[in-house]
Amino acid sequence: MEQHSRDFLRRADEALAEPERAANRAALGLFMPLLRDQAVEAFDSQAFQGLRDQVEAIRRHSLDNLGHYLEQFIGQARENGNQVHLARDGDELNAIVLDICTQVEAQRVAKGKSMVTEETGLNAALEAADIKVRETDLGEYIIQEAGETPSHIVGPALHKPEAEIRELFLERHDLGERDLDSAAAMVAEARQVLREEFLAADVGVIGSNALIAENGYSMLVTNEGNGDLCANLPKTLIICTSIDRVLPRPEDAMAMLRLLVRSTTGQAVTCYTSFYSGPRREGDIDGPVETHFVLLDNRRTELLASDYREMLQCIRCGACLNHCPVYMSAGGHAYGWVYPGPMGSVLTPLLTSLDEAEALPHACTACGRCEEVCPANIPLPDLLRDLRAEAFAEGISARRWRFGIRLHSWLARHPTLYRQITRIAVRVMHRLGRDRGFIRYLPLAGGWLQARELPSPEGDSFLASYRKEHKS
Amino acid sequence: MSGYGDKSPFSETPSPETQGHDASSPDRQLPTRLVGKRVALFVTCLADLMRPSVARASLQLLEDAGCDVHVPQDQTCCGQPAYNSGDYPGAMGIAQQTIETFEPFDFVVAPSGSCAGMLKCHYPKLLAGEWRERAQALGERVFELTQFLQDVCVYTPTPSVKPAALTYHDSCAGLRELGVREQPRALLRNAGIEPRELDQRDVCCGFGGTFCAKMPAISAKMADDKLLEFSKTDNDLLVAGDLGCLLALAGRARRLGSDVEFRHVAEVLAGTADVPGIAHAESGQD
Repeated sequence: MEQHSRDFLRRADEALAEPERAANRAALGLFMPLLRDQAVEAFDSQAFQGLRDQVEAIRRHSLDNLGHYLEQFIGQARENGNQVHLARDGDELNAIVLDICTQVEAQRVAKGKSMVTEETGLNAALEAADIKVRETDLGEYIIQEAGETPSHIVGPALHKPEAEIRELFLERHDLGERDLDSAAAMVAEARQVLREEFLAADVGVIGSNALIAENGYSMLVTNEGNGDLCANLPKTLIICTSIDRVLPRPEDAMAMLRLLVRSTTGQAVTCYTSFYSGPRREGDIDGPVETHFVLLDNRRTELLASDYREMLQCIRCGACLNHCPVYMSAGGHAYGWVYPGPMGSVLTPLLTSLDEAEALPHACTACGRCEEVCPANIPLPDLLRDLRAEAFAEGISARRWRFGIRLHSWLARHPTLYRQITRIAVRVMHRLGRDRGFIRYLPLAGGWLQARELPSPEGDSFLASYRKEHKS
Repeated sequence: MSGYGDKSPFSETPSPETQGHDASSPDRQLPTRLVGKRVALFVTCLADLMRPSVARASLQLLEDAGCDVHVPQDQTCCGQPAYNSGDYPGAMGIAQQTIETFEPFDFVVAPSGSCAGMLKCHYPKLLAGEWRERAQALGERVFELTQFLQDVCVYTPTPSVKPAALTYHDSCAGLRELGVREQPRALLRNAGIEPRELDQRDVCCGFGGTFCAKMPAISAKMADDKLLEFSKTDNDLLVAGDLGCLLALAGRARRLGSDVEFRHVAEVLAGTADVPGIAHAESGQD
């Protein structure tokens, strides 16, 4: 996917200026945490914490032994009759999928939701080869029709208010006069349109929530069942995912499942949880004839060897997005790539480049709410800060910020001088703001003053007056 | 307006005799863990420079609680601006200096959850080797003010001048790094002040240190959400344990033309009544 992370601030400004979408996000920001909290409470908060620790240990163990479990998975999957391909980067994944499509002479592809293929830009690659791609997850379908990109890793079209979707359907579906005045009516219409697509598709492409090393199965959770239709109706199935999805045993996937769904939508379980083993066997009445796994690396092995490896523990639940006030204010599109919110602000610089995505690690107040709800216990604020440190050390962050911060640090380490200089500064500022209690114009405080007044200091510094009082 | 105009939420008009606090009763039993112990006040740079009233109120509360309070003169800033901007070497230097300054004391108390959290939770992450051990040892003795008053001093301030009710805003660092949630509310309630709750009390107000200067529009949106919730609590005084949140919220409220009052919780608990609220002009000027 094309990257626009450099424009984070401009895109956030645009998002803030759209009242309907902003109201939509505000409602989500209230609603999603509530759903999660209720689910956690119903499960028992303490037991949930225990489960988090367990899943974190599983993820750590899987990553520590990634080579071993990947090899085991590939062996088992092949034994089950699947073909397994490894893709070093996005282009390679797209080429592999295109190659399979060409071999089976596919003209139409039905796709389930897959962030990995968003990452690689698969749709564009297939369409360039004249293959028609149809997204079948309702949210993905909506944004495909609208020509937009996902704003959320779980609900790609969560940014779109109902009215926008209605307008879109009326315009795009040639179904004559109709009201389409409820969400249910819109869902029914999408279902009707998409049913044809499943039946007509030559190839199904889906993602995966977990690859199970012990039996070579892939686990997928959906609420719409579209993944199963993509997997079972077309003759060829391609599962695209990344190498870090591997878990050792089925029970590990079960443990993760209990966390994943509660953290995401607050459900105890999604409507569909499926395990794909391989192609149709003799005697099976349905299922794909040919099945492929395409496993993407795209810098994940690099990440594994870096100080940011905890990020690979991520199970893509979206809880950090749902709980991030910066995400809810700026909207998912501001982040400018596939993964938004706290997890995206860590992943984007690591999977693309820190230079390109330097703004993202700063899109954080270090409030810690994401870390508090992360089912994989990823220290997101720490990782974001470490990325800022890398940008600072490498001279990527803005020169005047680095200069200002270094000057402040230096001054703070020279207490006597610090006391003298700051005392003069606050006295001047006090005079400037005496009439109103705040300052409206001050050199070097442009960032602060853009959106707020600067409360003026009371006058003398405390340390100075304390010293005076205690001398006598 | 001054902090005590007609709209003042405070229930009594201060007179010189009742102004401020009631001195602690001389027969107050000091908890054994505090007997003979030296308590250092970490003023924090924002209180030192922007609002000395908070430092004065903190000092007074600790003294009233019976503590032997010291104010080390070589303290400056805890290093959060450098740390959160990614200047780890700069932050390390400040951390080492801060550790050296406060190490000689038995307790370190700061009227700020984020500065106390920096010392307690982040210094050990930032430093290595012997310095990490020293940071950890110091961290165990670091407390946020209300946490210290309530949990360690077991002291109930009795301000003679006080508002009937106020809205309490949790700072993220105090809440999540230090677990400061019930202490300020208990202190307020025991002092006869009703703390009212914001709907989304665990959501950040958008200050975030340098964040608010780097991403002012997003920060303002977050502040606006908080101020809107505040307006629903039906009172005119918002207090918090962190000056960062307060300065940013007050600055935003003024920009929007709002006249509501912002104060640090220490000021309220100490009954500081002669100082206008944050970003309010002194009496007689407007």
